[in-house]
Amino acid sequence: MPSNSSKSHPKQYDALIVGSGAGGGMTAFILATAGLKVLMLEAGRNYDPVSETPMFNLPKDAPLRGGRTPDKPFGFYDATVDGGWEVPGEPYTQASTEPGQQWDWWRARMLGGRTNHWGRISLRMGEYDFKPYSRDGLGFDWPIEYKDLEPYYDKTEMLVGIYGSNEGLENTPNSSPGVLLPPPKPRAYELMIKKACEPLGIPVIPSHLAILSERLDHKNIPQKLFPENTLAQSVTKSSMQSRAACFFATDCRRGCSIKANFQSTTVLIPPALATGNLDIITDAMVREVTVGADGKADGVIYIDKSRRQEEKVRARVVIVAASAAETSRIFLNSKSALHPDGISNSSGLVGKYLMDTVGAGISAQIPALESLPEHNEDGADAMHMYMPWWLYQEQLAGELNFARGYHIEIGGGKRMPRAGVFSGMETTTKGAYGQSFKDAARRYYGSYVSFAGRGEMIPNEDSYCEIDQDVVDQWGIPVLKFHWKWSDHELNQAVHMQKTFAEIAERMGAKEISTVHTDGAKAIQNGGAIIHEVGTAQMGANPKKSVLNEYCQSWDVPNLFVTDGAPFVSNADKNPTLTILALAWRTSDYIIEQLKQRNL
Amino acid sequence: MNKEKNEAGVNHSRRNALKIIASTTIAVPVLGCAEGGRAPVAKGRVQNPAAATDTRSLTDPDLLNPNIHWNFVLSTEELLLLNVLANIIIPRDTVSPSAGDLNAQNYINEWVSAPYDNNRSDLIMVRGGLVWIRRESLKRYNRNFVDLSGAQAHRICDDIRWLEVAKPEFQAAARFFAKVRDLCATAFYTTEEGMADIGYVGNKPSATFDGPPLQVLRRLGLEKYA
Repeated sequence: MPSNSSKSHPKQYDALIVGSGAGGGMTAFILATAGLKVLMLEAGRNYDPVSETPMFNLPKDAPLRGGRTPDKPFGFYDATVDGGWEVPGEPYTQASTEPGQQWDWWRARMLGGRTNHWGRISLRMGEYDFKPYSRDGLGFDWPIEYKDLEPYYDKTEMLVGIYGSNEGLENTPNSSPGVLLPPPKPRAYELMIKKACEPLGIPVIPSHLAILSERLDHKNIPQKLFPENTLAQSVTKSSMQSRAACFFATDCRRGCSIKANFQSTTVLIPPALATGNLDIITDAMVREVTVGADGKADGVIYIDKSRRQEEKVRARVVIVAASAAETSRIFLNSKSALHPDGISNSSGLVGKYLMDTVGAGISAQIPALESLPEHNEDGADAMHMYMPWWLYQEQLAGELNFARGYHIEIGGGKRMPRAGVFSGMETTTKGAYGQSFKDAARRYYGSYVSFAGRGEMIPNEDSYCEIDQDVVDQWGIPVLKFHWKWSDHELNQAVHMQKTFAEIAERMGAKEISTVHTDGAKAIQNGGAIIHEVGTAQMGANPKKSVLNEYCQSWDVPNLFVTDGAPFVSNADKNPTLTILALAWRTSDYIIEQLKQRNL
Repeated sequence: MNKEKNEAGVNHSRRNALKIIASTTIAVPVLGCAEGGRAPVAKGRVQNPAAATDTRSLTDPDLLNPNIHWNFVLSTEELLLLNVLANIIIPRDTVSPSAGDLNAQNYINEWVSAPYDNNRSDLIMVRGGLVWIRRESLKRYNRNFVDLSGAQAHRICDDIRWLEVAKPEFQAAARFFAKVRDLCATAFYTTEEGMADIGYVGNKPSATFDGPPLQVLRRLGLEKYA
C-alpha cells in the first residue's frame, strides 16, 4: 500500500521514480516486475479508483449539478484531485500578458496523476512523426525511429488494452495482428459524419481508445509479454483478471471502478505493488535531484507535505516522470557545484521547446438528427470513430499553408444531460419558453455534433519554461515561468480545422454552425489547454543539442532518466500518452539491462 | 405559448407557493446553513457541523458524498417569484412536471449563492431581474407578478424572451430571462424526470453496445455504413 508516513526511508533502492502517472507507473511496473527494489514518490495523495469513483452518480446529486467550478474545472465528478489549471499553494507565472502568449498548466496531485481522468485516446506516432525535420526541414528528428518503438507499442497495447482497427493508412500505423481489441459499433451521428466525409476524401475510422471492449486474454497475454519472467506473468495475469470489460455506461473521465479503462492506478501500480518490490510515498513533493561527489545522482530531496519538512531518499538510479514541465522544474532547481545551471543542463536546453497540441473546434446543429427515436448512445463514453490526418501528400507538395497534420475528434448524440444542457438553444428557438421550449428540447436533444481538431505543433524558440527567481510555492520550491508563442503553422492549421469542420457539418445539412474564424489567433485554444504537455528535456543524438540520449538517459548524469513526456522531440497530432507508455517501457528495459551490466 | 394551459399553473396563491418552498428537499446536503438560516429552503436538509470540520478541501471533495459548502442567499419572496417563472419557462404537461415542480428555484438559489466569480455576477443579474419583473408587473397590471394571470405574465415574458429582438428598454431584463431559462433547463433536465422527458436512456450497464437501431439507420440513410 502507498504510504505517506513521515518516517525516514533509510533503505537503499535500486530505482527511485518521481511521479506515478503514465510514465512513472509504467516504469515502476517494468522495474518492479524485473525484480528491482523501487521507490515511487507522488506529490499528491493516495487515490483508489475502485472505492472512490462516482460511477453512476447523477448530476443532480452533485453541487451545481456537477458543473465546472474553479475548484473542479472539469466538473465535480472529474477524477482530478487537488488540481486543474491551478493547484492550491503552487502557483506558476507567465512571462507575457499578451493574448495567445500564456500557458495553461493542468496538474493533478494524486496517485496516477492525469491518467485518472484522461481522454484514453491512444494513437501511435507513425514513421513520419519520428523524422519530421527530415521530411520538411522544420523542428527536429527523434534519435529513434518508428521501428524502435513498434514492439513497445504492441506490448503496451496488449498490456493496457486498446480498442481500434488496422486500416493501413499513411503514417497511421497498424498494430500487430491480435493486439487490438475490437472497436465498438459506431453511433448514428458518427456514421452520418462518415457518410458526409466520403466525398471530401476524409477517412473516418474506428478510434483507438484505452478501454476494454472485451476482457483481456489473461491466459495468453502475460506469457507473450514476459516470456521468461514468471513474477511479471503472475502479477500481470492477476491484474488482467481483476479488470472487467466496459459495460458501455458512465463517464470515463471520472475514472473507472471496474478497471475497464486505463489508469495508472488500476493497470500499472497494483501489479507493481503485488511484486512486493515497490514502495510508494505519497504527499511527497520532490524539490531536487541530488548528486554525489562522483557526479552521479544519488537520490532526491522531497518535502513531506504533512509535516512540511524535507526528507532525502537514495537510490542507484533516479527516474523523473513528474510531467514534462514539472520534470524540467526539478532539473532546473537541482543546482550544485557540479551542475550550476541545474542537473542535466549542460546543453542549456532544459525547459526549452515546450509543446502542446493545437486545438480548435466547432459545434453544429443537424436537422436530420432531430427527434430521432429514443436509443442509448452512451457506448464506451468517448468517440468510437475519428478521422486521422489525410493530406500528407498535399502538405508535402506545399499546397497547404501549414506544415503538419491534425486528426479530428468527434462528439454528439443523446448523452446524459449535464449542467448547461440546452443553454445554447436560445438562438435555435429564437428565445422559446413555455411549452414550445419543452417541445424544442425534445426535438433538438441529440441533434448537436462537435468536431475538435488536434494538431501537431512545431517546437519553437519562443515556447519554453524557466525558473521564476521571484516566486516560490508553499513548499518553498521556486516555481516555473512560462513563455509561449504559436507560429503561423499552428495558427493557419487552426483556421484550416474550423473551415474543414464547417464543410463537413454543411454536408450533414447543418442548420447552425458555431463561429468559424479566419483569424488563427481566434480559432486556436490557449497553449497547454489540450493538456498534451511535452518537450523541455528533449532526447537526441547530440549531447550539445539535447538533454537526453536515445534511451531517455541524461547525457550529463548517466544514472538519471526521464520517462514522462519531457523527452518528446516533436508533438505529432497523435495524443502523447500511448507513446509516453511505450517509451517508458523501452527506457525501463534499458535501465534493467544497464544495471545487469553494472554500467549504472 | 399555450396561454390557456398555463393560466392555472402560473396563478399560484402565495400560500400554495409557500407550501412548495417549505416542502422542498434536495439530494445534496448543505453544510454551514445553521447560522445563515435566511433561506427557508435550508429546512429539511442535512445540517451537520461535525461533518463540516471533516470536509476535505474544495479541490478534493468526497465525490460519493457531496456537500455544498456555501450558504444560500435568496429570500423567500425571491424564491417564490423564481418558482413562478420556472413554471412559466418549463411548464407541466402530459409528459413531465414543470421546472417549478422540480424546485428549479432551489437550484437557482444554489447557483447564484456559490462563491465563484461567475455565480456572483449571476446573483446580481438575477436579483436585479427579479426587482425589475416585480416593478414591471405592478406598473402594467397593478398586481404582483405571482398573482398575474397566465396571459398577463406571458405578455411580460414575451417582451424579454430573446435578447436579439427585445426593445432597448428590455435588454437587461432579456439577459436576466435568458439566464433564468438556462438555469431552469439545467435544473429540470438533469433530474430523472427531465432525462426521461427528452429520452435519455443511458447510464445503464450493458454487456454489449449494439449501435443505433435499424429504424434510426434507415431514417438517416446509413444502412450501408453500419
